[in-house]
Amino acid sequence: MNAILRPAIAVVVLFTLLLGLAVPLAFTGVAGVIFPSQAGGSLIARDGRVIGSALLGQDFASARYFHPRPSATTEPDPANAGSTRAAPYNAAASAASQLGPSSAALLEAVRQRVAAYGGVAVPADAATASGSGLDPHISAENAARQIPRVAEARGLPEARLAALVAQHTEGRELGLFGEPRVNVLRLNLALDALR
Amino acid sequence: MTAIGWAQIALVLAAIVAAAIPLARYIAAVAAGRVTFLAPLERAIYAAGGIDPARGMGWKAYTLAMLAANLAGFLLLFSLLRLQGLLPLNPQGFDGLSPWLAFNTAISFVTNTNWQAYSGEAAMSYLSQMAGLSVQNFLSAATGIALALALCRAFAGGGLKELGNFWADFVRMNLYVLLPLAIVVGLAFVALGMPQTLAPYVEATTLEGATQTIPLGPAAFQIAIKHLGTNGGGFFGVNAAHPFEGPSALATSLQIWSHQVIPFALALVFGHMVRDSRQGWALLAVMLAFVLAGTWIVYASEAAGNPLHLAAGVSPALGNMEGKEVRFGLALGALFVATTTGASCGAVNLMHDSLMPLAGLVPMFLIQLGEVLPGGVGSGLYGMLVFVLLAVFVAGLMVGRTPEYLGKKVQAREIKLAMLAVLVLPAAILGFTAISLVLPFATSSLQDAGPHGLSEMLYAFTSAAGNNGSAFGGLTADTPWLNTTLGIAMALGRFAYIVPMMAIAGSIAAKPKLAASSGSFPTHGPLFVGLLAGVILILGGLQFMPALALGPIAEHFLLFAGKTF
Repeated sequence: MNAILRPAIAVVVLFTLLLGLAVPLAFTGVAGVIFPSQAGGSLIARDGRVIGSALLGQDFASARYFHPRPSATTEPDPANAGSTRAAPYNAAASAASQLGPSSAALLEAVRQRVAAYGGVAVPADAATASGSGLDPHISAENAARQIPRVAEARGLPEARLAALVAQHTEGRELGLFGEPRVNVLRLNLALDALR
Repeated sequence: MTAIGWAQIALVLAAIVAAAIPLARYIAAVAAGRVTFLAPLERAIYAAGGIDPARGMGWKAYTLAMLAANLAGFLLLFSLLRLQGLLPLNPQGFDGLSPWLAFNTAISFVTNTNWQAYSGEAAMSYLSQMAGLSVQNFLSAATGIALALALCRAFAGGGLKELGNFWADFVRMNLYVLLPLAIVVGLAFVALGMPQTLAPYVEATTLEGATQTIPLGPAAFQIAIKHLGTNGGGFFGVNAAHPFEGPSALATSLQIWSHQVIPFALALVFGHMVRDSRQGWALLAVMLAFVLAGTWIVYASEAAGNPLHLAAGVSPALGNMEGKEVRFGLALGALFVATTTGASCGAVNLMHDSLMPLAGLVPMFLIQLGEVLPGGVGSGLYGMLVFVLLAVFVAGLMVGRTPEYLGKKVQAREIKLAMLAVLVLPAAILGFTAISLVLPFATSSLQDAGPHGLSEMLYAFTSAAGNNGSAFGGLTADTPWLNTTLGIAMALGRFAYIVPMMAIAGSIAAKPKLAASSGSFPTHGPLFVGLLAGVILILGGLQFMPALALGPIAEHFLLFAGKTF
């Protein structure tokens, strides 16, 4: 028995120390030196305060800002222990709706979002919740559709906003991978910095 | 579907195959003990365990050693998870896991399944992630590769009593293959935006004045081995869809590459070890064909969009975007779906539960086919070789000759054991699903009604028994019933398969290796590739057709007739 158990225990314990502590701790140190920003969560600060991460979407409800995609994240409901309530872009608990394609609840949610968006040819990213509930991006078409609202709320010419959106539209990575997109937090930061 | 989408798919697949060729040569050298750059460390581990790496083991000793290593890993991980609240590196102060959840999670990571009934950023301390889950990501992957090497050796020589030394294979695969790859890929992941820090979560004040808690952690290194070892357990709750776990299209492409490159390389390692590289390429061709077909079905279904949503006024330009992130696009999403389920990885960059019905059928079916396309690291190759034996047996029946593979006669004992192994999956999947669908306390875990609800339960047991780990996430899995039964299904899918497979290895190894004659059936040409694909589809897939007809196929027709639930 000893001939089987001794190697098993020794190998598992030693690999836990090596692969679970020594290497990842050293790796953390090296990563923090070479890529300090990414390793720390790509945080963005303004006036010395952390306002978010460049990679994580956040909720914007005011007409003065571009709005992100719908988000299915929730938080514990203080009024009702054991249940949750909607809390868009709650980064402490990433989540998707997980609703199936034949779900009546999903169809109803899509109808409401479409109605709020003007009803015709609504960009799909504006009518559906993302996989993480924290999608930092919207499509360029989605951003373009929001320009009139933001322009009116801020009293800015639409052409100026269109130029800003174009400037913040990122193309495919290496010209090939992924999809063109607009980072909502970065766009809204640039919006606040106008004038 | 677009040309640029297919260009992305083609480029990622080409990068996988191109890297698999040199990696296969390297893994074969490591398996033969010819790579020694960490020799002092390797020797220290052998000394501590009283291991003689040169001592050969028969199939029973090899299997027992593997089971002992896995049992030790299970007990250590279970204890870590239960005691999490008392241990250091827990800046968020998470409590220990419940016994049900700790059992389920420990089985899940030891069996290379990585089914997760918890959400990482809301339940796991940094210590549990690093010293518990990450470590099992390495060990379960090395276990799979070691077993596959043992089976390869059985085919390589004639009249063998021994299949190699488990401890030597296990230690070498960890030190020389998984660890260096994880460091390199992990650094690339940090560069692309994944966090790697021990700092606590950050409280941010948003532009509108609200508070957002930003979760952090030593993520990138664990994510690297999670893909390279086809484990798939996310550091964060929504896995590679999380912007920290899949920050860009390039990161998601590198993840796909990472969870495909070792399984594909192992097919070629088989060719090296039996000294006929064409045999490896034939297996690789079958694997690649299924990945391409699966990708195509998912891509086409998703690009067409959801007809109910299009009728409600959604533009068809982006396709079905529910549960998807803007930055990846549908092409890389579809390739991720097919590769993560074909490869027994189980990471997701989009939510499988929200896929169109036929697209959602693809991941389920790829798992049900036995996780051999290309399958998990090691487990894919040994599963594929079991199907190969069945394929040559079928071919032998058709021409009336004793079947033979690589000069080894395939006889009744091997075929009985192979059928026993192949039946583990349908028994565990269909049995547990059927029971759970008639128990009220189990069906209360379902989120969706109608055929999609059936799919949620079927997917869960498919994923568990197939050691995949992805989910139709609407299912509330953290219940005593599901934690226990899914845990048992994972253990059956792994170990109840391995034991007959290793018995086959022992039996094949002992046979003499005959020289090929003009009557030998060639096992490297397109004819054999087609035969093997057919055997996988029919023997692996047919028994699931009734269940799939009641789930995704029924949902497809009802949805297109305008019915919702």
